[in-house]
Amino acid sequence: MADRIRIVNACKNFGKVVALKNASLTVKPGEVVLVIGPSGSGKSTMLRCINRLEHLTSGEIWVDDDMVTDHASDIRKIREEVGMVFQSFNLFPHLSALENITLAPRVVKKMPDGEAKELGRKLLARVGLSEKEAVYPEQLSGGQQQRVAIARALAMNPKVMLFDEPTSALDPEMIKEVLDVMVELAKEGMTMLVVSHEMGFARAAAHAVVFMDNGEIIERGHPDEIFDHAKEERTQRFLKHIL
Amino acid sequence: MAEIDTGRKAGASSEAPASPRRELRNGRAARIEVSDGALIPGRGEKATFSAWRISFFGALAVLVYLFIARPTPYRDIMLFLPDGILKTFEVTLMSIACALVVGLIAGLGRISRIMILNRIATIYVEIIRGIPLLVQIFYIYYAMGKIIQVPDIFAAVIAMTICYGAYLGEIFRAGIQSIHKGQMEAAIALGLTRGQALRRIILPQTVRVVLPPLGNEFIALLKDSSLVSILAVSDLLRRGREYASKTFDYFEAFTVVALVYLVMTLFFSRLVALMEERMNRRGR
Repeated sequence: MADRIRIVNACKNFGKVVALKNASLTVKPGEVVLVIGPSGSGKSTMLRCINRLEHLTSGEIWVDDDMVTDHASDIRKIREEVGMVFQSFNLFPHLSALENITLAPRVVKKMPDGEAKELGRKLLARVGLSEKEAVYPEQLSGGQQQRVAIARALAMNPKVMLFDEPTSALDPEMIKEVLDVMVELAKEGMTMLVVSHEMGFARAAAHAVVFMDNGEIIERGHPDEIFDHAKEERTQRFLKHIL
Repeated sequence: MAEIDTGRKAGASSEAPASPRRELRNGRAARIEVSDGALIPGRGEKATFSAWRISFFGALAVLVYLFIARPTPYRDIMLFLPDGILKTFEVTLMSIACALVVGLIAGLGRISRIMILNRIATIYVEIIRGIPLLVQIFYIYYAMGKIIQVPDIFAAVIAMTICYGAYLGEIFRAGIQSIHKGQMEAAIALGLTRGQALRRIILPQTVRVVLPPLGNEFIALLKDSSLVSILAVSDLLRRGREYASKTFDYFEAFTVVALVYLVMTLFFSRLVALMEERMNRRGR
């Protein structure tokens, strides 16, 4: 089957700092891939290049048949199909939970108000927050905010979901509610690329784990294989630190 | 930014972009921030609030006392001035309305990624920063006189607009830049254009941040509007001078003019403080 995401020899420099070094990665439709690695290893940068929040220095990124790195391609069309969830949620503070979700369908897809609201309510129910539709982000807990943020991304009906450390800013007791939503999403067949160190999520839902270090992809394998029998020494050393 | 905040409520000014006027005039970030507007009392600050009360009601009491106890010349002066007060408000309101439009455009220009717009906006701010308002008013008045003849009040409003547009532009720029960049990223990641994101996401949040400093600028403009009295605009100050030149009661006339300005600026500074408090209470 064709790859949903294909990253080929991606290089990214920030001035003199090398963030990505010849990183190549493919994600098939329906696949859930977890990216782990020390901070500064280029995980988030790689993710942010997929919807061109950052520009690659060299290399190619494809989402289905669209080349993200080609400046002639319609990046907004691609962004509609690539949902993104941020570490810091980035909900719009001046909009209610429901309005956060309906904004993009209304503005970008010109969806009628009623239809957008119906969609928004359905998505809020899906992340278990039906009763919070009129509530503003600051009145929600971190876990609830992140669930609204996931619903907001899903509202554009994306083919891929990118998660950039979705639970890193959360208190421990709120991590599970977010991971539950993500596991559910994975079971429904969503293609997901997740930067996170949540081993529980990896074992429950991921098809593959990728280890990155210093901007390079060191190895890729089944979660059990990576966590229990990593081949590379750097991977083993990193896992010893976080387990 | 400010290490010593002598001007405004600490809570509000730490979030809101500081009044850029000092910054503009000094050409760098202010270390000691002294607000150009009147002291804005918050209810939380007992000392400032009571200082406000003493000045405000004190000024009112003195005016009332003079009106009743010393009818000549004070009653005559006070009856002579209201036209000027109206004119002062007229100039102030027209100028602030026009300056808001110019300021928003200048502010957007200053953050624009289109180089030419960015340059033009920055040069505009640089030039305005370097020329005293009084000189600008003279210059624009006589420069326009060479091209078209406009009523004096419009010349005054245009001069104030050009000057304050630069100050307000810096407030808008600081306000827009104070919005976390994750907001823009989240919006464009959803497929919005930068323009849509600016209008739907960034600007609505900016309004909340810039309202208090805009209130300050309004008060500063109210005071600076006295400069237009050098053109043939019969504002409050000019009416005072007109009265004095007839009767030679210079001291008495300017006493009343000063007290009236004081009452007006203190009144508006309280309004701005209340607005700020209400916004803080609503949070978000």
